Amino acid sequence: MRREAKKGALGLRQNTPAERFFNGLITENPTLVLMIGMCPTLAVTSSAINGLGMGLATTFVLALSNAVIAMLRRVIPSTVRIPSFIVVIASFVTLAQLLMQAYVPTINKALGVYIPLIVVNCIIFGRAEAYASKHGMIPSFFDGIGMGIGFTCAITVIGLFRELIGAGTAFDIQILGEGTIFGGTVGAYLSLYQPISIFVQQAGAFFVLAFLIAAMNNIKLKVQKKKGDEET
Amino acid sequence: MTDNVVYDLVALMLSASLINNVVLSQFLGLCPFLGVSKNTKTALGMGGACIFVITLASFVCSIIFKFVLNPLDLSYLQTIVFILVIAMLVQFVEMILKRYIVSLYNALGVYLPLITTNCAVLGVALNNVTDGYGILESTVCGFATAIGFTIAIVILAGLRERMEYNDIPAPFKGMPLVLLTSGLMAIAFSGFSALR
Repeated sequence: MRREAKKGALGLRQNTPAERFFNGLITENPTLVLMIGMCPTLAVTSSAINGLGMGLATTFVLALSNAVIAMLRRVIPSTVRIPSFIVVIASFVTLAQLLMQAYVPTINKALGVYIPLIVVNCIIFGRAEAYASKHGMIPSFFDGIGMGIGFTCAITVIGLFRELIGAGTAFDIQILGEGTIFGGTVGAYLSLYQPISIFVQQAGAFFVLAFLIAAMNNIKLKVQKKKGDEET
Repeated sequence: MTDNVVYDLVALMLSASLINNVVLSQFLGLCPFLGVSKNTKTALGMGGACIFVITLASFVCSIIFKFVLNPLDLSYLQTIVFILVIAMLVQFVEMILKRYIVSLYNALGVYLPLITTNCAVLGVALNNVTDGYGILESTVCGFATAIGFTIAIVILAGLRERMEYNDIPAPFKGMPLVLLTSGLMAIAFSGFSALR
């Protein structure tokens, strides 16, 4: 029993890079399980590309700020840790913003004010406070990578749903509706689809996320019920 | 001339509070919007604290941008500077209120620390710079944005109070229902875009 308790995500040994990675991706997925960092989740997911760009920018900031904070955790006095964390995070966000301006200007323009707003994304500050300030540099770095990839996957999926239903495209490739890339009979059927544009607008973000979470709750409830049945 | 300025400011207020509602159309400040909207009383408290802090933060940030960052050509540091200013401002406001205006502190106190992580504060400050607003316009815009936030959170809290005892499917209980309600509110608010 005691050995069980020491196990982390997916039964892997705790605080190893792999365990941290899967913890962020599945067990403690920031968006779908912990439900933090909602603002970018809803704001930038009007298309899958935007979701992916935002997710990768966040992962970059999260992994590096986690590593640096873990490195400095013995130097920073705990009374001023919050401002210190903010400075570290804000520096990496500025770095990410400058890099994106230089190399991917279109995505940077589409994401707009939400790139600097990574600073106040609760995921980053939450991980700094909950994990990086107490653990070593390597696990903290992978914790950041795992959390970041988990976030990226979740918002890319939301973006994909919204794009597909709202505009009939996926990663800017026309799948449904007129001008579909598929030919033949399948293409003829697919081209009949009428995009529901509300899904790429603001309200659609709320709806898609609501249904995703409801679907996850449904699975959870079924698993719980099954467990209950087995026990009785 | 004066009429024109007043007219512009009224248009700005309308746009910032209703047409581009901070929560429902720009998705800023969602964490408190979803988290602190269980009943109308706390929602009003949060709204009040936001009006106070966002107005002040927009004012201070636009002053700093105009007189420090812009002349020194340091505008790329705006994210770091603004977030630190906001964090300090919130602490400062909390101390001042605690010392001098106790009744207001009792009403808003618990919500103030939460506001540092409210991305609406930083979002408005950054948007003001991007849109090239002056000090007066920034302050008005901040105030109007916060009013918009308060309107949205109070409406949502009212709706949530009414829905608390409704019979809804189990998977939709909690967050999904709140999100669906917000989605319907977003549709309603998008009607304001006709005012433009």
